[in-house]
Amino acid sequence: MAAPFDTPVLGDVTERGIPALKAGAMAGSKPYVAAAAHQEPLGFPGVLEDGWEKKAIGHMGELLGKYRSLQVFMDICVKCGACTDKCHFFLGTSDPKNMPVARADLFRSVYRRYFTAAGKLAPGLVGAREMNKETLDEWFNYFHQCSQCRRCSVFCPYGIDTAEISMAARDIMDAIGQGQKYCNEIIGKVHRIGNNLGLPPPALLDTLEGLEEDMEADTGVAVKMPIDVHGAEVLLVTPSADFFAEPHVLGLIGYAKVFHAAGTSWTLSTKASEAGNFGMFIGNYEQMRKISLRIREAALELGVKRIIFGECGHAWRVAYSFLNTLAGPWDFLDPRYPVPQHILEFTNDLISRKGIKLDKSGNDGMVLTVHDSCNVARGARMGDKPGGQFTIPRDVIRASVPKFVDMHPDTICDKTFCCGGGGGLLTDELIELRVKGSVPRMEALKAVVEQDGVTHMAAMCAICKAQFTKILPYFGHDREMVVSVHQLVSNAIVLGDND
Amino acid sequence: MGGVVTTFFAILFTVATLVLVVGLGLRIARYARTPAPLKIPTTPAPLTRPGVAFRLAREAVGFESLFRANKPLWIFAALFHFGLAVVLIRHARYFETEVGPLVALVQPLALYAGLAMVAGLTLLLARRVMIERIRYITGRSDILMLLLLLGIGTTGLAMNGLVHTDIVAVKAFFTGLLGLEIRPLPADPLLVVHLLLVAALMLVFPFSKLLHAPGLFFSPTRNQTDNPREHRHLCDWAAKLEDRKS
Repeated sequence: MAAPFDTPVLGDVTERGIPALKAGAMAGSKPYVAAAAHQEPLGFPGVLEDGWEKKAIGHMGELLGKYRSLQVFMDICVKCGACTDKCHFFLGTSDPKNMPVARADLFRSVYRRYFTAAGKLAPGLVGAREMNKETLDEWFNYFHQCSQCRRCSVFCPYGIDTAEISMAARDIMDAIGQGQKYCNEIIGKVHRIGNNLGLPPPALLDTLEGLEEDMEADTGVAVKMPIDVHGAEVLLVTPSADFFAEPHVLGLIGYAKVFHAAGTSWTLSTKASEAGNFGMFIGNYEQMRKISLRIREAALELGVKRIIFGECGHAWRVAYSFLNTLAGPWDFLDPRYPVPQHILEFTNDLISRKGIKLDKSGNDGMVLTVHDSCNVARGARMGDKPGGQFTIPRDVIRASVPKFVDMHPDTICDKTFCCGGGGGLLTDELIELRVKGSVPRMEALKAVVEQDGVTHMAAMCAICKAQFTKILPYFGHDREMVVSVHQLVSNAIVLGDND
Repeated sequence: MGGVVTTFFAILFTVATLVLVVGLGLRIARYARTPAPLKIPTTPAPLTRPGVAFRLAREAVGFESLFRANKPLWIFAALFHFGLAVVLIRHARYFETEVGPLVALVQPLALYAGLAMVAGLTLLLARRVMIERIRYITGRSDILMLLLLLGIGTTGLAMNGLVHTDIVAVKAFFTGLLGLEIRPLPADPLLVVHLLLVAALMLVFPFSKLLHAPGLFFSPTRNQTDNPREHRHLCDWAAKLEDRKS
C-alpha cells in the first residue's frame, strides 16, 4: 500500500517558504476503509449501500441543524486565503487540496449544491458539486489528510475550523458505510476491552507489576502502580500507550513517582484504562459520549475524589473541554479541584509549593525543547489563566532539566505545528503523509539542534510521541530524541525524602 | 422616461431592502437557533463574557487574526473595509433630512475613503489573479463580487469628481421612499448603473459570502468563553441523550 517516497529536504525555518502548487500530489494517499467487522459494532452500516448519496445528504442536513460551527463555517468563508500557507500537510506535500480552504471546499461544494439557492440555481458560478462516488473518494482521501489540529482556525479572520468540517465529513462517511479502519477498529477495542491497544486486564496488571519491580530495582524505593483501588484519592486516566510504548511508559513512571513523592493515594482503572477518545476524530458525539461515560462509571465505582489525566493531546481536549458536557456533572467529586485535572497541573502545583523536590542533575547533558501538542495548545487550557497550557509544561521542564530552549516563535504555542500524526492518521498506510506533514516541525527542530545544541524534544501527547519515534529517523535523528515531559520529572525527582 | 426610471428604482429598492432585511434576518435566526453542542473556542480564549466581547471587537474592527496571518492581505482588507465604512456613513446623508454629527465628522474624509476602498478592491482582485494559491481557491463568484464592489466604487467616485448628478434630487428620492412617497430620480447613466449595482449587492447579500459580516459573531471558535470545567455546557439535543437509558 505505502509506495516508496523521497524524504523531503528540510528548508530554513526563518524563511518560511511557501511551496508552489503540485496538483494531485497526494491524490493517492488514503487510509484503509473500515470492514463491516469494524463498522457494525459502532452502529454504522458495514458497506456502502444503494442510495448512499441521498443518505449522505440527509445526514449532512442533520449535522447542519445540530452544529452551529458547521452551519456558520459553510456560509461565511470569503476565500481570502489567509489559511492557505498554514497547514503542515500543505507545506509538506504541496498538494493544493491540503490548503484548509480547499479541503473545506470539498464539503462546501456539496453543501452549496443541496442546501443553498445559489448552488441550486447556478452551480457553476459558486462551485457547487454533486455527491457521487468521485466526490466521496476525494472526501475519503483528503478528509484523512487533516489532523484536526486547528492551526487554520487560529489565522482565519472568522475562526473557521477545518477540524469541525473534517469531523463532520468523517461522520457522514461512517453513516453511509465508508468509515476509516484505523479509528473504528480502535473504538471497537475501547468498547470491547477498555483501551485503544486492546490490553486485557490481566495483561495490564502484569505490566504494572513488572514496572513496580523495575522502579524498585532502579531507585530502591517501592513506588506503586495501583489499579482498581477502591477509595483512592485520585483516579488517573492515561493513554494506554503509557503502559508499554517508549517513551510513553517512562512518563507513566514519572506520574507514579510524583504521586509517591507527594504522598497522594491514586489508582488506575481497568475499566477506564484509556484516556484517548477517538470518537472526536470521527466527529461522532454519541461515540465520544459513550467512551467518556466509562470514566464516570470508573470514578463512581472506585469512589475517588479527583480525576487526573495523563499526557495525551486529544484526550486532554476531550477531557478539558468536553468531559463536563459529555459525562458530567461531577458533583460527587471533591469540589476543591477542577474536574478533570492534567497531570502537569498537578505536578506543577507540587513544584511551586515545594511539595516535591527535583534535582536537575538527573537530566545532565540534556538540552530540551518542547513540542506544543495541537489539541492542548489550541483546544484546551491548563491552570487558571489563558495560555497556562504553554507556561505550565515549560515551567515543569525548566524545573527538571539544566537547559531549555524554545523553537522558532511561529512554530510554538498557539502557532504550533502538528506532529503530522494526529487526528486518527497514526497508521502505517499513511506513512508518506505523516513524514511529509512533519516537515514544518522538523525544520524548526533542526534549527534549535544546530544553533542551541538541543538534544531532546519533550512531548505531552501519546500520538506525538509515537509519531516522532517513527518519524525522527527519517530526518537523521535518534528515535529516542522524543521524551515524555514526566520522563524528565522522573529522572529529576528526589524520592524517599518526604518531610 | 424619467418616470419609468423612478418607478423602476422605487420598486427595486423596496424589494432589495425587503430581501436584505428578511433574508439576513432569517439567516441570523438560523445561526442563533442552531445549537453549539461542545465548547470549541480556539484557545487561548477569554474566560469571561466581557473578554469574549473584546475578542470579537478586536476581530471585527482590527481583523486581529488576519493581522497574525498575512500582513499585506490585512492592509488590503483594511483599506477596503474602512474605506467602505466611511463611505457608508457618509451615504446616510441621502436618507436623513438633517445631516447628523457622525456624517458631518466623516465628510472631509469621504473622497479619500472612496479612493481607499477602490484601491483596496483593486489590490484584492490583483492578488486573486497573481498569486498561484489564491488563484487556485478563487471561484467565479469571488471575482464577480469584487467587480460588483469595484463597479459601485468607481461609479460613485465618478459622480463625486467627474460627472456630477443632482444629489439633492437623489436625496429627495430616498427620503421620499422612506415615507412611501415617490419623488423623481435623475436618470443620469452613472447614477443608474451605481444604483443598479447597489441593489444587486443588497439582493445577493443574504445568499453569499457577504454573510461573513454577521457570521463572525456566531463563530463558536471566537464567541465562546473558555470555562468548560467551571460551567457545564449542554445543548438541548445532547440533554435528550441523557434522558435515554445509556
